[in-house]
Amino acid sequence: MALAKIERVVGRGVHVAGEDIDTDRIIPARFLKCVTFDGLGEHLFKDVRFREDGSKTGHPLDDPRFAGASILVVDRNFGCGSSREHAPQSIAKRGFKAIVAESFAEIFFGNSIALGIPCVSLARADLDQLAKRVESRPDTVLTVDLVEGVVRAGDDLGWPLGIKPGASEALQKGLWDPIGQLLEAKDQIRSVAASLPYMRA
Amino acid sequence: MGKSLFDKVWDVHTVRTLPGGETQLIVGLHLIHEVTSPQAFGMLRDLGLRVMMPERTFATVDHIIPTDNRKRPFQDNLAEGMVKALKDACQEFGITFFDVDSGRQGIVHIIGPELGLTQPGITVACGDSHTSTHGAFGAIAMGIGTTQVRDVLATQCLALARLKVRRIEVSGKLGPGVYAKDIILHVIRRLGVFGGTGYAYEYAGPAIEALSMEERMTLCNMSIEGGARVGYVNPDEKTFEYMKGRPYAPQGDAWTKALAYWKSIASDADARYDDVVRIDAAEIAPTVTWGINPGQAISVKERIPTVDQAPNAAERSLVEEALSYMQLSGGHPIEGTPINVAFIGSCTNGRLSDFREVARYLKGSKVSSSVRALAVPGSMDVAKAAEAEGIDQIFRDAGFEWREPGCSMCLAMNPDKLIGNELCASSSNRNFKGRQGSPTGRTILMSPVMVAAAAVRGAVADAREVFSIRR
Ligand code: SF4
Repeated sequence: MALAKIERVVGRGVHVAGEDIDTDRIIPARFLKCVTFDGLGEHLFKDVRFREDGSKTGHPLDDPRFAGASILVVDRNFGCGSSREHAPQSIAKRGFKAIVAESFAEIFFGNSIALGIPCVSLARADLDQLAKRVESRPDTVLTVDLVEGVVRAGDDLGWPLGIKPGASEALQKGLWDPIGQLLEAKDQIRSVAASLPYMRA
Repeated sequence: MGKSLFDKVWDVHTVRTLPGGETQLIVGLHLIHEVTSPQAFGMLRDLGLRVMMPERTFATVDHIIPTDNRKRPFQDNLAEGMVKALKDACQEFGITFFDVDSGRQGIVHIIGPELGLTQPGITVACGDSHTSTHGAFGAIAMGIGTTQVRDVLATQCLALARLKVRRIEVSGKLGPGVYAKDIILHVIRRLGVFGGTGYAYEYAGPAIEALSMEERMTLCNMSIEGGARVGYVNPDEKTFEYMKGRPYAPQGDAWTKALAYWKSIASDADARYDDVVRIDAAEIAPTVTWGINPGQAISVKERIPTVDQAPNAAERSLVEEALSYMQLSGGHPIEGTPINVAFIGSCTNGRLSDFREVARYLKGSKVSSSVRALAVPGSMDVAKAAEAEGIDQIFRDAGFEWREPGCSMCLAMNPDKLIGNELCASSSNRNFKGRQGSPTGRTILMSPVMVAAAAVRGAVADAREVFSIRR
């Protein structure tokens, strides 16, 4: 199975502020009642975007200045909580192609990489600078460059990014969805299974 | 130097190292449920793949099923659709499905151990982050995403980075009225909600060895709340005793062989760890959360933290956000905070021993008239056993509703929800904003006995005083 080689993501950004944003906040549990992931995009961050009476709270996602943004800029420990893949799926379906944060929760990180969404970290001060730039000049073109290991904002700003080397390589080589490789080893799988004391057929 | 259980189990399950450096790890037991798994079958169909080892996957329904009226079709069309999608997929791919009428249905992390599917020294995966629960048996068990559910279905394998191992040693003895739930809330408070990122937690020491199997499940269950994807306890005589006679446990010759394997995989006395944390059980008190993540916890006798006590600006804003959401005032005692709802259940604390322990103290007491109280057994087996002992009656007499098994108000994907900004004393595992079904609903996590005490008093209370626990 040939997958796209993801070396860089280019697009405008939107900053969603807040530490420890958990997957319940990314996609509230009531939207998990689906048998496919299509259509999840519109419910992204639903409960912080809308009040109980249905009126908008003025969330950055609904701010026309950030319409069409494809790079999501967030804060620390993004995606903590439940392992639901609906969270990165709803982000992907909303049109985001990369996420920049100070740090990510582990399961969320893995789930996102497996969808081909680079999750890169910046040092706190750099992230703050990036967020400020996105907010003050929403039309700034951002580049998440895995090859050079930098996040750039316009022509003037750039910061070194962090990402697990394995994940970065997998994205760049088009191996981010592991199923192809896992399938290659069918015979080995059967022989290891047979060697396990509890798995013999 | 010796090896830890984690390293031993990891090594025997390794198929190979993938080009990207991750391990291709074989999964011994795969559990699926209606919320995160039906989509994976769709992905399989799209790719034209089959299930490689259908006999190693087991399905049940727990997250969305109603706990009051289980008549089919469910009133909620979407819920009905998801259960049906899972059932159809299981039929198509030859997977055992414990349906609502099977007598074995329940929360996936409760039925796995109950049926003897969960065993020492195996690897367990499930599309649910509380899969760490199964680590109580000395299994390496972890939550996975839907794409990984697809991977396991198609290849019985996962591509994973090896975790580091942190040993958490709890010495001494727990005081009266202090439970496994308090240990884990204490651990998360100390190490933080992402202190365990990249680690497997090995819980050890006299206070852990003294725990029953069900208490060990409570402990391992919330490892993920501390950021650790895997948490486990080394198997011992209690583990083996628990396994005996379970429907899927090995028997006869197979038992003897299994036992030898189980004994061999426990951590060596001189095992190497990446980190060791020591905790004295005597310093752990009945613990409750005050904020919007499980690390924001204090003992029931402490005062709610103030913004000024926070060590830095980031912490300050976290405390501020939590206090404002919870509508609590820093500096005030948490004890006496009025509650509206009491919930006993979930994969953390919805087992027979949880209901037994509460029943011991609840007998003869009444739930405060201001509190709506819900008891939801974790599985049909738990319900049956509790009912046979008359525990359901004790709960009902006290003013609890006694429901059918499911996840219920732990995440409120079914009709059991908080309303408006109701405050719930809950035996579950997550106090995130909106977790219990209302976007402004509030949750205080605690042990089941503490929930019962709060239900009786109508406010957060010290169960040791409410129920004169001195044992
Ligand atoms: S009881 Fe709660 S935490 Fe456990 S599996 Fe169900 S929803 Fe998840």
